Amino acid sequence: MTDHHSDIDSVSGKSTTGHEWDGIKELNTPLPRWWVITFYLTIVWAIAYWVVYPAWPLIASNTTGMFGYSSRADVAVELANLEKIRGAKMAALGTASLADIEKDPALLALARAKGKTVFGDNCAPCHGSGGAGAKGYPNLNDDDWLWGGSLDQIMQTIQFGARSGHAKTHEGQMLAFGKDGVLKPDEIVTAANYVRSLSGLPTRPSFDKAKGEKIFAENCAACHGDAGKGNQEMGAPNLTDKIWLYGSDEATLIETISQGRAGVMPAWEGRLDPATIKAMAVYVHSLGGGK
Amino acid sequence: MNKTVNPKDLASDGDGPLYAAQKKVYPQSVSGTFRRIKWGLMAVCLGVYYFLPFVRWNRGLGAPSQAVLIDLPNSRFYFFFIELWPQEVYYFTGLLIAAAVALFLMNSVGGRIWCGYLCPQTVWTDLFYAVERLIEGDRRERMKKDKSSDPLKLERISEIVLKHSIWLMIAWWTGGAWVLYFNDAPTLVKELVTFQGPMIAYIWIGILTATTYLLAGYMREQVCTYMCPWPRIQAALTDEWALNVTYRYDRGEKRTSVKKAAELRALGEQVGDCVDCYQCVAVCPTGIDIRNGPQMECIQCGLCIDACDNVMTKIGRPKRLIGYDNDINIHRRQEGKAPIYRIVRARTVVYSVIIAAVGGFMVYTLATRSLLDVNVLHDRNPVAVKLSDGSIRNAYTVRLLNKSGYDRVIAIDAEGPVNLTMHVVGADSVTPDRPMIVIPRDATSELRLLVTAPAENNSEKSIPVRFHVMDIGLGVAASATDNFVAP
Ligand code: SF4
Ligand code: SF4
Repeated sequence: MTDHHSDIDSVSGKSTTGHEWDGIKELNTPLPRWWVITFYLTIVWAIAYWVVYPAWPLIASNTTGMFGYSSRADVAVELANLEKIRGAKMAALGTASLADIEKDPALLALARAKGKTVFGDNCAPCHGSGGAGAKGYPNLNDDDWLWGGSLDQIMQTIQFGARSGHAKTHEGQMLAFGKDGVLKPDEIVTAANYVRSLSGLPTRPSFDKAKGEKIFAENCAACHGDAGKGNQEMGAPNLTDKIWLYGSDEATLIETISQGRAGVMPAWEGRLDPATIKAMAVYVHSLGGGK
Repeated sequence: MNKTVNPKDLASDGDGPLYAAQKKVYPQSVSGTFRRIKWGLMAVCLGVYYFLPFVRWNRGLGAPSQAVLIDLPNSRFYFFFIELWPQEVYYFTGLLIAAAVALFLMNSVGGRIWCGYLCPQTVWTDLFYAVERLIEGDRRERMKKDKSSDPLKLERISEIVLKHSIWLMIAWWTGGAWVLYFNDAPTLVKELVTFQGPMIAYIWIGILTATTYLLAGYMREQVCTYMCPWPRIQAALTDEWALNVTYRYDRGEKRTSVKKAAELRALGEQVGDCVDCYQCVAVCPTGIDIRNGPQMECIQCGLCIDACDNVMTKIGRPKRLIGYDNDINIHRRQEGKAPIYRIVRARTVVYSVIIAAVGGFMVYTLATRSLLDVNVLHDRNPVAVKLSDGSIRNAYTVRLLNKSGYDRVIAIDAEGPVNLTMHVVGADSVTPDRPMIVIPRDATSELRLLVTAPAENNSEKSIPVRFHVMDIGLGVAASATDNFVAP
């Protein structure tokens, strides 16, 4: 090997590294000094980082670092600070009455914001992200309420649910008149057409209204009322309005009457704290459906 | 095969190197008209920059009392009597357009005079040069000191230390003034000196101290030549009528000493007025010789004019051998015609008209700007809801902006081709007939608005609705249009 300091490339006049491949020599062009210094500094920085911050895994734990620096601890501190800032406002939400919250613009905005997030996390799977509902899951934007649409009633439904198994839950269900052999198939068809007539929907030409009225009075009026206006105590829907939870076509109604319905709304008490439930009630009420 | 190439030939493409290592420029001090203008403008620029944050402006209780303030946390910009909200940043677009066209206008009148007199790079470099001159002496002395083989004398060291300390102080004050525009200046100053200021302020002061020190202390004319795009686009911005610092070669050649010139003149020979004293080169902050014709590096500062004027006065020749001029006039004079100066040309008129139009538009919109604003956003999820009696309801998010300095009571009305009823969530319980709400001063308020149309009007898929909001005390109103949709 030649001593590269004495090996000068004749073309460029620069020294070479002494490396040669098939007559091609490598010029000795070292990295700029600032670059090399920066590179070494990054190594020093990395080692310092290992030492100062928690870094190396040990058998049962890890190195703890120095000066108590830890990104995880920083997050905990920030979360605690956030809690401190929010705590007072959330506490105000917890102590104010539902009606007062709606009257106070600041509290209303807070409850709606909080309620919206919680709704998205917990309620949206059934009721949709905007509360528009789906077949079998009530639309919370309209004005039809199975269990009542006042602030207190909404709060109660969220707290205890419907047919949820909670001690204070709403009870009451649509019986299976066909499956249980209470009504014969042709009676069920008549009942279905009668119910359609209640809300002004067209009926079959062969439909006998008097017969339908009789079947309704004997079997349905107990829950839905003589005029079919429903009963919020039992969650029995109003059959005279334009809103149908499961659908208003004849086939769906026949299915409903013969198989029964018993949708479940879970109870949220115990899963969410009282202030959050309150915020959710205010949010749902403000969606537009509240009464 | 192995033909040896001269390494020097590899280093350039024949046009000279793309980048030449910085040759230190030692501008000499000079006095004269343009130098005086430069001092004056420097005082004005620096004065405004350093002291503007301390100017107070009374906006009433609760509002900041700083005349010029960029309030980032609250997204407000205050400029004396003007207060801008985030959605009004288009004023800055107007300002930028006007500023750009003003630069074009300056350029078409006097070349790069912005560069020579007003550009921050020039102003601070000039200031740094003044400090340097004060401490280390003028051109000759500085050159001698830099070349001196014995630089480590105590006197020399203290000079260098003093110069850099003053530079750093200026740079630090420059960075410090910058952050004062973003917070209440007196409070921030107090916080900063007691080390209780926000971290971000210290970081910005650090960054601006460093950049000021480096740009004005070290990079100087290099910034103008290599970093600034202006010299490259200069040709596109200027025309043959623009006045540029020009050596008037029509005043003759050759350039020779005063004595020699007198002798030659006596013999009836041709001599120029230039005595080749190099004063114009010595004072030039970019280190060029303007007698070689217009050059990319020239920032039109006019210092060479002052230098040459001093020489011409001394030797009793007419002044302005170098002056703001253009080639047209040099040729006219050579042909024995009187020079003409055309400031009013198509170009300058168009630029002026654009500036006036943009400025006028801004003034107009500022003057007629509403202090009450409304934005309406239709709910998407669900778009429309059918109610139990068959009527349709749409929900909207209404954002009300009260830009005024007092609380307002606002009434809301909806107007459409059908009979609409309206509810504002939260406000119903207070004023059931006509929704009314209070928006605090200088604040926004977001409301949920429910609009219902009776069943019989639902033949169309979508009908326009107009929302009116009105300050019931002052009658100031604003409105917004959206659609009412059927499911
Ligand atoms: S040539 Fe004259 S005008 Fe141009 S930068 Fe130099 S001193 Fe200034
Ligand atoms: S200062 Fe005037 S006289 Fe002296 S070299 Fe420059 S142009 Fe010639």
